[in-house]
Amino acid sequence: MKDLLTFPKGGVHPPAAKHLTAGLAIEVMPVADELDIFVGQHIGAPCTPTVAKGDSVAEGDVIGTVTKGLGTPIHAPVAGKVKAIGAVAHPMRVTAPAITLQTDHEAPARVYTRKDWAGLDRAALLAAINQGGIVGVGGAGFPTHAKLSPPPEAKIDTLILNGAECEPYITADHRQMLEHAAEIVEGARIIMAVLGVSRCHIGIEANKPDAIAAMQKAVRENTVGAGTITVDVLKVKYPQGSEKQLIQSITGRKVPGFALPSAVGVVVHNVSTTKAIFDAVVLGKPLYEKVVTISGKGIRRPANLLVRVGTRLNEIVAYLGGVTPELAKIVFGGPMMGFAASSLEIPVTKTTSSVLFLAEDEIDSTPHSQCIRCGWCLAACPMGLEPKEIAIYVEAGREKDTEPFGVFECFECGCCAYVCPAKRPLVQFIRLAKLRARK
Amino acid sequence: MWTVVACLVPPLVFSVFIFGIRTLIITAVSVVSCVAVEAITQKCLKRPVTVKDGSAVITGMLLAFVIPPGVPLWLPILGSVMAVYVGKHLLGGIGFNIFNPALLGRAFLMASFPVAMTSAWLPPLRDLAIFSYLGTPIDALTTATPLAVLKGQGMAAFTAQFGAAPNVYTDFFLGWRPGCIGETSGLLLVLGGLYLLYRGYITWHIPVTVLATIALLTRVAGGDPLLAVLAGGALLGAFFMANDYVTSPTSKMAQLIYGVGVGALTVLIRLKGGYPEGICYAILLMNPLSPVLDRWFKPKRFAPLQGGAKK
Repeated sequence: MKDLLTFPKGGVHPPAAKHLTAGLAIEVMPVADELDIFVGQHIGAPCTPTVAKGDSVAEGDVIGTVTKGLGTPIHAPVAGKVKAIGAVAHPMRVTAPAITLQTDHEAPARVYTRKDWAGLDRAALLAAINQGGIVGVGGAGFPTHAKLSPPPEAKIDTLILNGAECEPYITADHRQMLEHAAEIVEGARIIMAVLGVSRCHIGIEANKPDAIAAMQKAVRENTVGAGTITVDVLKVKYPQGSEKQLIQSITGRKVPGFALPSAVGVVVHNVSTTKAIFDAVVLGKPLYEKVVTISGKGIRRPANLLVRVGTRLNEIVAYLGGVTPELAKIVFGGPMMGFAASSLEIPVTKTTSSVLFLAEDEIDSTPHSQCIRCGWCLAACPMGLEPKEIAIYVEAGREKDTEPFGVFECFECGCCAYVCPAKRPLVQFIRLAKLRARK
Repeated sequence: MWTVVACLVPPLVFSVFIFGIRTLIITAVSVVSCVAVEAITQKCLKRPVTVKDGSAVITGMLLAFVIPPGVPLWLPILGSVMAVYVGKHLLGGIGFNIFNPALLGRAFLMASFPVAMTSAWLPPLRDLAIFSYLGTPIDALTTATPLAVLKGQGMAAFTAQFGAAPNVYTDFFLGWRPGCIGETSGLLLVLGGLYLLYRGYITWHIPVTVLATIALLTRVAGGDPLLAVLAGGALLGAFFMANDYVTSPTSKMAQLIYGVGVGALTVLIRLKGGYPEGICYAILLMNPLSPVLDRWFKPKRFAPLQGGAKK
């Protein structure tokens, strides 16, 4: 058997736990009465609202734009009235400014029709992507049009679509690939046209054979655009979907230090982002809906939901029949990299891929003890760092001394904390180190 | 931790067959006393009592494994105080001890009670009369360990007492020889080590380098490399002591160098030092170098920052 593509250093094999939702088709959730749309949904400057309290908006209208710096607009996910503009509970910050919309359930749903994009030049395609408010929906939230405008000195020759989805539980990308394979492939053609590259790899972990088959079929049937697209089967190993690890797995190239992938001639986009690019360019539909995996033993009915951006968690919980008595912890994002949610008032953002409702037996709440220097975290770290050393420095209050240990190279994948036999919260120690070392 | 304990049980059972029920009693005394010392120390220091993590049990078993089977019962008790109270908790508890606690306990006993620690060897029982060493005065029975005979009297005396190759290899690999309580059965120690490797609890780096260095250097010095591995405490030391998490380095490169260091010092002490066996002191000498080796030989970073961190 041919060896599957993967990265050589570190990595772990957590239980996938994807069976809860992998077989469930994407389900459209009815629109809630009220939505909270954060003005900052991407890396860069937050949007300035272009609407005021009391204004009426139609579905898909721009409600906030970035006037200066890196950013992309936000759109009204529903037709309705602006009820308020103010602070709302946020998954990672405590609260953040948001626009609250009151839904007008009487307004007809907006219909989008297919447009031909073959005649559009690079600038027009980029403008369409920017106007669509597209960001990297896999989690980073980097504005897509900026990512597609690499510095002129970078010679981009390869596009990689990230369909690894290596985080346990999450099946949103998996379902997108199954149900929207043709759109994703056409989205890839659009990106290839923008970047002027003729090579595209779609990386998918081997545990999703149906998605691999669906994407292969879509690639064969696609006739729009030029260049070669292949589906690359990746070994199941966390964090296979991390950008640097994915690039190394597929191309063998190593992205140095703080350089962007463009430094080695590669641009990586998540498959769901690619679907959003298709929507924006071909249909003219902005990014205001999101496929979110709701899973774990703590929710009555796990599902892959298509929800409007801004839908509050408590609406989702109510729609899925409530929580179970076993619920112990709610996590925004995956179990490896996600953040514990403090409130059910928190709304879904453009970058929410999953919300997990985990039972006691799905988490590990054993109190942590001292480091026993077993070195398992060194073996697990895909970046070749020494998490135990960083943690010990943080415990001693010496965060500034952690920089020589490469604390800023850490992308918080959580492999170290996953393997730690002393149950030490190493990622939290590292986040603290980064926070305090910056001061 | 409990898996390691499980891996140490077969050699313990075997020791009962060759040295009699005494070894079980000594091990039990050592384990109980190590656990008691840990609990009492933690109570006195007002720290959480963590005897349930199994580390004191392992220390107790390993301490018993590295002392002769004919010692009086108060000896392991004294050793356990040194191992757990001084060697572990005075230095900050688990994770902060510089030296392997069990070996520190043994080194203390060697220095304080050299007669008992170097002469209370028992000849292996061939008749399963496991109670026979209980009544008889130990002094009347003692014999010498293979490495001591080899060092003191040479190869001829060794062959006369233990037999010639290849039979002596088989005997020693199975464990039919005088020695410390837990060190004799090479077969069971290797099986335990392989199981820990298979489960991913240990890696090959330290055990393999320790054993390879001992064999290689012994060969270079003109000795028998196979006997060097089988006749002393090399297998017990390589699989269960040199690679102790807390006191060995964490990066793979540092582990390889550390293993070579342990092996080289073992051979040096055996050939040039005052003792027939050297792995205990070799490990204790390399232990404090672990943090230094870790500092010198860091894992290779995937993408080191060029010119400072991004703020």
